[in-house]
Amino acid sequence: MATVEKQRQRKYRVLGTRPVRHDGVDKVTGRARYGADTHLPGMLYAAMLRSPHAHARIVSIDTSAAEAMPGVHAVVTREDFPDVSNRIVELGEGAVNLGHLSQNVMARNKVLYKGHAVAAVAADSIHIAREAAQRIRVEYEILPPVLDVLEAMSDDAPVLNEDVRTEEFGGGTGDRPTNVAKHFHYEKGDVEAGFARAAVIVEREFRTATVHQGYIEPHAATALWNPDGHVTIWTCTQGSFTARQQTAELLGLPVSRVRVIPTEIGGGFGGKISVYLEPVAALLAKKSGRPVKLVMDRSEVLEGTGPTPGSYIRVKMGADRDGRITAAEAYLAYEAGAFPGSPINPGCMCIFACYDVPNGRIDGYDVCVNKPRTNAYRAPGATNAAFAAETVIDEICEQLGMDPLEFRLKNAAVEGTRRIDGVTYSRIGMKETVEAILNSEHYRSELKGPNRGRGVASGFWFNVGLKSTVVATVNPDGTVSLVEGSTDIGGTRTSVAMQLAETLGIAAEDVQPLVADTDSVGYTDVTGGSRVTFSTGIAAIEAAKDIQRQMCERAALIWDCPVDQVRYEDGRVVGPDGQAFTFKELAALVPSTGEPIVGRGTSGKANQGGAFATEVVDVEVDPDTGKVQILRFTVAQDAGCAVHPSYVEGQMQGGVVQGIGWALNEEYIYDDQGRMLNNTFLDYRIPTCYDVPMIDTIIVEVPDPNHPYGVRGVGEVPIVPPPAAIANAIYRAVGVRMDRLPMSPPRVLEKILQSRAAAPAQ
Amino acid sequence: MHDFDYVAPTTLDEAIAALAKHDGQARCLAGGTDLIDQMRTGRRRPALVVDVKKIPELNALVVSDDGLRLGAAVPCSDVYRNEGVAQDYAALADAARIIGGIQIQNRASIGGNVCNSSPAADSVPALIALQAVCVIAGPNGPREVPIERFFTGPGGNVLEAGELLVELRMPPRPPRSGSHYRRFIPRNEMDIAVVGVGASVQLEDDGRTVAAARIGLGAVAPTPLLAEEAARVLVGRSVDDEAALSDAAEAARAVIRPIDDMRGTKAFRSHVTGVLVQRVVRAAAARARGESLDYCPGH
Repeated sequence: MATVEKQRQRKYRVLGTRPVRHDGVDKVTGRARYGADTHLPGMLYAAMLRSPHAHARIVSIDTSAAEAMPGVHAVVTREDFPDVSNRIVELGEGAVNLGHLSQNVMARNKVLYKGHAVAAVAADSIHIAREAAQRIRVEYEILPPVLDVLEAMSDDAPVLNEDVRTEEFGGGTGDRPTNVAKHFHYEKGDVEAGFARAAVIVEREFRTATVHQGYIEPHAATALWNPDGHVTIWTCTQGSFTARQQTAELLGLPVSRVRVIPTEIGGGFGGKISVYLEPVAALLAKKSGRPVKLVMDRSEVLEGTGPTPGSYIRVKMGADRDGRITAAEAYLAYEAGAFPGSPINPGCMCIFACYDVPNGRIDGYDVCVNKPRTNAYRAPGATNAAFAAETVIDEICEQLGMDPLEFRLKNAAVEGTRRIDGVTYSRIGMKETVEAILNSEHYRSELKGPNRGRGVASGFWFNVGLKSTVVATVNPDGTVSLVEGSTDIGGTRTSVAMQLAETLGIAAEDVQPLVADTDSVGYTDVTGGSRVTFSTGIAAIEAAKDIQRQMCERAALIWDCPVDQVRYEDGRVVGPDGQAFTFKELAALVPSTGEPIVGRGTSGKANQGGAFATEVVDVEVDPDTGKVQILRFTVAQDAGCAVHPSYVEGQMQGGVVQGIGWALNEEYIYDDQGRMLNNTFLDYRIPTCYDVPMIDTIIVEVPDPNHPYGVRGVGEVPIVPPPAAIANAIYRAVGVRMDRLPMSPPRVLEKILQSRAAAPAQ
Repeated sequence: MHDFDYVAPTTLDEAIAALAKHDGQARCLAGGTDLIDQMRTGRRRPALVVDVKKIPELNALVVSDDGLRLGAAVPCSDVYRNEGVAQDYAALADAARIIGGIQIQNRASIGGNVCNSSPAADSVPALIALQAVCVIAGPNGPREVPIERFFTGPGGNVLEAGELLVELRMPPRPPRSGSHYRRFIPRNEMDIAVVGVGASVQLEDDGRTVAAARIGLGAVAPTPLLAEEAARVLVGRSVDDEAALSDAAEAARAVIRPIDDMRGTKAFRSHVTGVLVQRVVRAAAARARGESLDYCPGH
């Protein structure tokens, strides 16, 4: 029952099967080496000193007592970092202001959040390093913090960054320092006329809390600075090339001087793209002349890395009597954290992206507050937005007396629909995911019992293309060694290897994938944006075609015939007069008949068509405590072509579980001085296995025309609908509309008690 | 972590001598599930760690006609796997089963849970309900303190320098009695009580009328509380009487002094205290009648 697999015609030999993952044995036996497993001869251990204040000016830093401690080899502070301010660089998944990035890695004249790095020490042991870090004397001039996005936007709010001016969409920049870094504005049609035509209009305000990706493996980096000026870094990163570029830029080195060796990675979800430790470990290594390892603990991860923003969102939507959307309007303000760069723009583009909205207007604001600089988290910006829009839609459906899935079918975006931000869709599967839930056993079943309710919601995420490289070598035993640059956080070694195997007509097990370092493979963008199976997959297909071509040439040489009489077909090389080699037969002849056969594939031109998911959840609410139990959950998602269905289901289930956590309990809790109170996994509550049922999955396959096999990225979109679906289910269960995340027991109970007090006495 | 000394005495006298010599700078280690984390994060910096797991008296687990003797170092999993405890001291087994996860339960002891003295300690409302007495040894000889008078504030208790908790002693269970502990947590497991309620209920022959009751409350005041009035208002009334249960809930709410913190507001804790008192009393009464509980921890 856990997984409902759609009956489909098997078009492919390898794609759609479920081979054992190539990295599986190492991972289940504990042999796989993660970030903190790096050990080098003579290695030192480093510890970071972090700001206890959310907002303060650094008056002075005295490191003498730390440096005097026996066993201490190097101390690094702001003095050791080159000035890289006012440089904007493209880092694969968006442009970054290098000055801000550098200040985030090591505070300069101000600390902007509790946990902001201020100094680091390398010593013979981690205990000495930690003790020495505590002996560094930092004099702070404490400034008032601003923690709320709307307060930060007001004219009299404390300003975090003197160099930030509001950048208006389409040009124009503000003339004074502000926390409002950017304003996005999108408009389509005649919004006022659209609302005038509406039979029902619902307008609501929503708040969502700061939440963290919660990857299991904390950040870790080990650096070696050779006397010849070459730096080697071992790190658990989502992108070794972006880690290389960021480290090089922040240290003022050419990229060729930095080699990044990616270790295994224990989860990232977008949070392991920015560098935090790498440049610091490198500078400690330079100063000490020894390799240096720097590892975060969980509190440092929560306080010192990039969570996803808290937000304020206002949505207004109108629909006519038939349930067709006539107009929609949204105002979104996202907390960027200490420096500009929240996912506000994706939030704006996603908020109504599931629907064909004839008239729409969206305004979005990127706002600095005294919290960690936010970073990507699985469909960044979309979950906040969907919580607001999908809850408003549920209320419209209620007022119209319409089934919420029928409403979604009627308004679903399809091929040719133009989004409010201007993009026109190619073939997409929004409608198909709604139909899959509508026809599911779950949705058709009756939900019985008191205080129980069923909710639905849909979600959209772009998915990106970007650049990848694959190199594949044919071995004489008939296997292929595949070298790629995409670090593997979701089983992509196997999903990429399967596409090469499919193209060559060989078994997935006959491809040996390897994730290589930045000196060993061509440029590859980050593992993010659900792009690796799509884009590195295309590179693997290209490499396989390159191998096909070379194998045909080799066979022509052996058969002494023109190459145009040889073709590659079903894993065989076929020539004139019925001559043929299997892949294995020809591979065995390669060493004795000429040069090695090495396929090369790159990608970078193709963009993805977008991913949609529709989800249904049954909840039971304890009306006396406000606690919500998830009884049943089904997710339908368009995977385009499910390369390895088990991994697709795993991504769908994982995304839903994170969405459940975001919906029910996860939040950064601050005191009024901006100190995070719940900086451990005891009080930052991600769901445990007791909190989620088995998540049922329905894989929908509407091929993406931008990929040879129709693959769509699957990693992100499943996290988008859960908070809204659960809010809608809570309403059906106990009659209260939740407008704030998380929907923790005290908040739900408060709403229930309010509604009881407001109800007429029985 | 800072440098510290470690000893593992095999007799009570050695342990007392080691603790006394360090005059408040020593700390007992049983399972270590609180202490090691506190030392790792710098919240406690003892000069001496005294491992008490090798002392025979602290490993006793005996259910007899005299009641229950529970050595202070016995791990939670031994407690809830003991049939005598699970049968007659069910509230304690309920608590032991939800302290941390399985690995923690294999190390963490009830004695450690008591000595760590968190107001939210899960075992304590159950121990209060079961009328536990703390048996303490020290340089000035042994003494006994009822569990509800053991605590002095968050993290604080009556143990003096050189003293250690040897065992928890509970009287034999009266006929037609049952007990239960449950807590409110935002998740279903691996969490810390926002409110914890333990109750013991003895019924008259009719299986409905309350003959005697004891109610312990956790996480709603600086120390765990014995809610005497809440128990008293039940006596002589039926457990099916909604008004009786509601009176008990009100009486419990009247004695608590909850705080606003990230785990719950005062108002939430107060409301949920009343809700749990009613649920736990009903469940304890059901057990007193010999019924099994349809109860999933966390729900």
